[in-house]
Amino acid sequence: MGKNGKEPALDVEELEKIFGTFTAVDKVSFTVDKGEVFALIGPNGAGKSTIIKMLTTLVPPTSGTAKVAGYDVVKQSTEVRKNIGYIPQLVSSDGALTARENLLLSARLYGVPRLEQEERIREALDFMGLGQFSDRLVSSYSGGMIRRLEIAQSMLHRPSVIFMDEPTVGLDPVARKAVWDHVRELRGKYRMTIILTTHYMDEVEELCDRMALIHYGQIVAVDTPAKLKEGIGKGATLDDVFSKYMSNFEENSEGGNYSEVRRNRRSIASRS
Amino acid sequence: MKYVVTAGLSHPAARLTRAVSDYVMQVYGVFCAELQKVRHDPVELFTRAVQPLLWLLLFGMVMLRVSGLAPAGMSYLDYLSAGILAQSVLFVAIFFGISAIWDRDLGILHRMLVSPAPRTAIVIGKALAASVRGMLQGGVVYVVAGLMGANLNLSPLNILGVMVLIGLGCGLFATLSLSIACIVKSRERFMGIGQLITMPVFFASNAIYPIALMPDWLKTVSTLNPLTYQVDALRALMINGAHSQFGIVYDFAILTVIAAALVLLSSRLYSRMVA
Ligand SMILES: Nc1ncnc2c1ncn2[C@@H]1O[C@H](COP(=O)(O)OP(=O)(O)OP(=O)(O)O)[C@@H](O)[C@H]1O
Ligand SMILES: [Mg+2]
Repeated sequence: MGKNGKEPALDVEELEKIFGTFTAVDKVSFTVDKGEVFALIGPNGAGKSTIIKMLTTLVPPTSGTAKVAGYDVVKQSTEVRKNIGYIPQLVSSDGALTARENLLLSARLYGVPRLEQEERIREALDFMGLGQFSDRLVSSYSGGMIRRLEIAQSMLHRPSVIFMDEPTVGLDPVARKAVWDHVRELRGKYRMTIILTTHYMDEVEELCDRMALIHYGQIVAVDTPAKLKEGIGKGATLDDVFSKYMSNFEENSEGGNYSEVRRNRRSIASRS
Repeated sequence: MKYVVTAGLSHPAARLTRAVSDYVMQVYGVFCAELQKVRHDPVELFTRAVQPLLWLLLFGMVMLRVSGLAPAGMSYLDYLSAGILAQSVLFVAIFFGISAIWDRDLGILHRMLVSPAPRTAIVIGKALAASVRGMLQGGVVYVVAGLMGANLNLSPLNILGVMVLIGLGCGLFATLSLSIACIVKSRERFMGIGQLITMPVFFASNAIYPIALMPDWLKTVSTLNPLTYQVDALRALMINGAHSQFGIVYDFAILTVIAAALVLLSSRLYSRMVA
């Protein structure tokens, strides 16, 4: 693990994922420094979630290597898991439990010492502004509250890297801003590194130090938003950047297939 | 940067103690969460107890008039009540895996799987919770059988044995169910398979009639059926004057080995469910 403090939070080399004959992630390489907020951008089906699933040890890579917080995602998966938080694209808090019960489950799964559990849970609830709702069933929560609870669950064990897959999808503007504030605080107060995916360019502009543009499983550009805009020309926006790098491949960007759309749009309410 | 790493615990014994206590806490965490869900929505627990009671009340009452089904010295109600107890547990446990499919369709399963908890800890926690649910439901059947006049053995040791057997059987079929869920991954297919296998497991066992009455091929099938061993031991422990056909220790041993194998199998399948 980064003893010298110089080792990157994320070191990805030639990471590849092939499903059957379909190459979802095509040998991507990039590094992310500690304390950075790093965005993966790309159209539906580009491979963003698959990259994140490999980095969070959920899906084994077909080839290539990745180190997260200094540990190899394949050979040292348990160490990686201890050091990361993950907020999946779909709802990950259990609607049949209260917020407190969800948090207690996370605390126990992560081996937070028993004497510290209550304190950590209270801190996470307060940090996320959920204190007064902590004993309500999550199935009665709004989308914004659920996202906040998921962030709370992912930070209980003080990970050094947090992965957020489309953290603000489906949220109203106020709830989105709240999530942005929390991301900044996680970085500022807890010095966490944050990797997120998003389809919103204003989010990238607001939050991210650097971004990678993914297309058909390949990284077509990595840089700071400012540099990428400069590269296009004076007065260019991030939308222009996105269009330029994706323009050759318009036909892919139709919003995903039916099952993806259905899964992405399902809310926790449908569980009850 | 603060890593949650057990770096200070370099001493092997200290590390082992920490690993064991973490494991216990992980199992316990999953177990508690599953039971909290039951507490928030207990209705299902009662609706599921209705079906076995109907078997006892209707089927049992009619079959009482048929003589020669139960071995000598037992009423058919005595014979049947152990079988229905096992059946009630089977019918609950076999649909247990559907919750894993629910969890997978959302991101709940993903959240579990990115945690450092060993997959066996998650599966054992879930299986233990299923066992407790089975015991609660089995308790209802037990009481009703007693009220109907079954000749129950109420010695504490026997009751304890019955509880353990219910827990063991429930854990066994719950992990079987989980394994199936991990393979089929869709709710529709899972429900189909669940319904497809409950009846054969139930009828190809000694739950409602003795193996001796079966045709030879079915006898063979029934000796491969874990439910047979569960019922065999249940009946011997639960009913005064009933005897085990295979030996209670043998029954327990078989059930334990199968349950352990299924825990390992479902733990392996479980992590592949998101891939
Ligand atoms: N388990 C799988 N088996 C087969 N194909 C898969 C699997 N998982 C993902 N894919 C495919 O890989 C491609 C990349 O999917 P991924 O979910 O990583 O895209 P994404 O960039 O996250 O898209 P979105 O913006 O819609 O979330 C898609 O074409 C998807 O259909
Ligand atoms: Mg995605």
